[in-house]
Amino acid sequence: MASTNDVVIKIATVNGTGSASANGLLRKAIFRMGVPVVGKNYFPSNIQGLPTWYEIRVTGDGYSCRSDRVDIMVAMNAQTYAKDLADVEPGGCLIYDSTWPRSSLLNRDDITIIGIPLSKMCNEHFDGVRARILMKNIAYVGVIAALLDLDLDIIKGLLEETFAAKQHLIASNMEAIHLGYDHASKHFPCPLPTRVEKMDATKGHIVIDGNTAAGLGCMYAGATVGAWYPITPSTSLMDAFRTFCGRYRVDPETGKRTYCIIQAEDELAAIGMVLGASWMGARSFTPTSGPGISLMSEFIGFAYYAEIPTVIFDVQRTGPSTGMPTRTQQCDLLSCAYASHGDTKHVLVFPADPEECFYMSVQSFDLAERLQTPVMVLTDLDIGMNDWMVPELEWDDSYIPDRGKVYGAEDLEKMERFYRYLDVDGDGIPYRTLPGVHPKGAYFTRGSGHTKLGAYTENSADYKEVVDRLLVKWETARTMLPEAEIRHSKFNKAAILTMGSCDGACKEALDRLEKQKIGLNYCRVKGFPFTDAVREFIDQHEVVYVVEQNRDAQLRTLLINDIEADQRKLVPLLHYDGMPINAGFVVDGVLKEIAKGRAA
Amino acid sequence: MTYIAKPKISLPNLPKNELGLTTRDYEGAVSTLCAGCGHDSVTAALIQAVFELDIEPHMLAKMSGIGCSSKTPAYFVSEAHGFNSVHGRMPSVTTGANAANRDMTYIGVSGDGDSLSIGVGQFVHAIRRNLNMCYLIENNGVYGLTKGQFSASADIGTKPKKGLPNQQEPIDPASAALALGATYIARSFSGDKEQLIPLIKGAIMHSGFSLVDIISPCVTFNDHEGSTKSYAHTREFYRHVANIDYIHPTEEIRVSYDEGEALPIHLRGGDTIVLRKVDRDYDPTSRADAFKHLRDRFNAGEITTGLLYVNEDRAEMHELMHNIDTPLSRLPYEGLHPGNDELQKLQSRYR
Repeated sequence: MASTNDVVIKIATVNGTGSASANGLLRKAIFRMGVPVVGKNYFPSNIQGLPTWYEIRVTGDGYSCRSDRVDIMVAMNAQTYAKDLADVEPGGCLIYDSTWPRSSLLNRDDITIIGIPLSKMCNEHFDGVRARILMKNIAYVGVIAALLDLDLDIIKGLLEETFAAKQHLIASNMEAIHLGYDHASKHFPCPLPTRVEKMDATKGHIVIDGNTAAGLGCMYAGATVGAWYPITPSTSLMDAFRTFCGRYRVDPETGKRTYCIIQAEDELAAIGMVLGASWMGARSFTPTSGPGISLMSEFIGFAYYAEIPTVIFDVQRTGPSTGMPTRTQQCDLLSCAYASHGDTKHVLVFPADPEECFYMSVQSFDLAERLQTPVMVLTDLDIGMNDWMVPELEWDDSYIPDRGKVYGAEDLEKMERFYRYLDVDGDGIPYRTLPGVHPKGAYFTRGSGHTKLGAYTENSADYKEVVDRLLVKWETARTMLPEAEIRHSKFNKAAILTMGSCDGACKEALDRLEKQKIGLNYCRVKGFPFTDAVREFIDQHEVVYVVEQNRDAQLRTLLINDIEADQRKLVPLLHYDGMPINAGFVVDGVLKEIAKGRAA
Repeated sequence: MTYIAKPKISLPNLPKNELGLTTRDYEGAVSTLCAGCGHDSVTAALIQAVFELDIEPHMLAKMSGIGCSSKTPAYFVSEAHGFNSVHGRMPSVTTGANAANRDMTYIGVSGDGDSLSIGVGQFVHAIRRNLNMCYLIENNGVYGLTKGQFSASADIGTKPKKGLPNQQEPIDPASAALALGATYIARSFSGDKEQLIPLIKGAIMHSGFSLVDIISPCVTFNDHEGSTKSYAHTREFYRHVANIDYIHPTEEIRVSYDEGEALPIHLRGGDTIVLRKVDRDYDPTSRADAFKHLRDRFNAGEITTGLLYVNEDRAEMHELMHNIDTPLSRLPYEGLHPGNDELQKLQSRYR
């Protein structure tokens, strides 16, 4: 283990002990040294007392996925100590609180064990139970700073920013940093052969989670009504929207708000609320997760048929039923794509990281209003709640929202009569009106059978005419969705096709396979229905490894269903244990298939 | 629902309201409900109420869920905006619509199945939010479209056409609304237009959640002997406690009312209703008294009707949330985002 800017630190603590701020400080310090970092939180469905881990991957190469190893373990949780010890890579090291003696059984000869009396030192230097616990966390940051040669001035600068309003905390936190730093420097050879060296690779970047970025996107898109029912892992999306609106959408003089956030009684209501708001002409959205989609399904079908726009964020989590609410998966593709009874299919977009969460949120509002249909943004817990390094977000001040085909008062004034579901332009998208705008704009919105004129019907031909027109709209949607990211070399017969948060793992896997002289092309789909480029991409390859994070190969199913992709060449590589996918999984999967005789 | 448009025949002598419209302009499509259905009488009362209130048709949102009652928005004010949603979920759609545009008048028409079974959660929470809407329950104790199953408002002992009498405790929407903090609660009977129209007008003009529970007999499945929601039973056992007159803003309060029997109530929106007590001891401004009275009379087998409770002190949803007066759906985009400069600044905390 001797390398620079390629190290994985894992911190094992107990939920509710305030380690998040210490871990954030460590992650930010490395980022400020110009070195790319990835921060992943593995937490239980619990408030206090269960094991939780934070993993910081220092990656000079700028990879964005979880690593498959641990170089430095900070083992602060006695409950998981044995497992944490076992997880350390040979040659790595483990830091533990030596205030209490460790059983001789808990030892390993192939790693360096670093005992630091963290509790003892903090009990001597700080008063109060809470302060002692918090400072113990800060002290292990000091230990790691010494071992990895982190810049203490940067750490101090970060503390000064954090505690600008509470000056006395800067000194006490720095004291805790020094307790760890000095003790480690005095008793252990510091820095380690593996260390962090300043780079210039984080300029123009930020570290942000996807839910925050999506909430920010909703504000910039001009959303005014958000309704939701709290559910992990989507809750922080609405929290972010609320925070940003609180800052930018409240009249400083009157205190009046230009946004309305409603905590619904359940997801059945949350979706009804956003549809009501959209029907009235507000940009509306609801964040949820898999169970919420199940509950919303009837209304999603209604919105498909009555043609009401809205944006639904599904921050996916693991499993059927309650599953593992604090673990990640991409398991709602099918339930979202075909949500509701009857013939329905829905537009989906797949951001890969927080940067895309921001831009695709905005784009989804445009798509929803242009297509007059619900658009679902499928992220997952990994994107939504973990810390990703992405380029700084930019806003185009010339952006004008696409409100789609809406007749205003002037248009209506000139018209003889308005009919809601007429395909005037031949693209399958009718014109709508907003209530209260003009007497001629009134119409009756219904989920029951209706004619192209908007009237109730039980007539077979009239019914078919409308649902067939919805298929024309579906093809129009196909041309409007974000184009897939494609890396193509004509020398490669095989390719990886994936979506969303698998992107980082797949790209790193491509690099690793390249080093083994295995060249693969790459396609990351960004939306459903699939664009023509996706169809062509599959046609051009003999083997397409479809990498996704669910058990049932749902993306592969959609490809077969939507564009009649040849299922014999679609080889599923499925990661579904609830942890974010890593590059090693993809590399191993491809190598296994090649060993079986599959083309590379 | 119907696809038969009602022919517009304008009679020259029909009275006009302030907008120059007649009741004919507030009609809808031809009802497809059974002949004699109570709901059609409610529709007629609604038409009269919105006509008299001079509501511009296109500023009216007619909201409903699923069921016989929920079909009725097609039968009044065809020039208004209608939203026939999914079963039991009219309140959530109305909540969102109202959040987006507080300038519209919202009338929700629901039934006892739609509101007290599948939609009971949404009914409850619309009340908690004090959503500014007029919520009508056309209450007949049965499911009509699925042919006569009991609903949650069926009284103990009431008999179905076939099978055994109901043994489950009924949910009384008025008492439930009272317990939940609704700010305007009335009950009436589809066959009592004189009482019903002013109650609906008051409900529409009340700022906040107003419930009008209307006993509206089902002639096909629940109008037989032994049913407690039949025309005959309702006529026999219903009692007025406190009726109201709605005072049009252009009218003065001309009639002089005897102290203790009549009481003008000023609505938050500026309108006035005059409460006419039939039962001198009844105080519809006291939640506790109203609740006790309702339960006592219910236990005596009576159906208490009239304005049962009113509270003009509580703010409606938008006021409670400090929302801007302009409808959110009308806000220009420019004011809704802080621009790129601010985006760059706010990102400093993520560096």
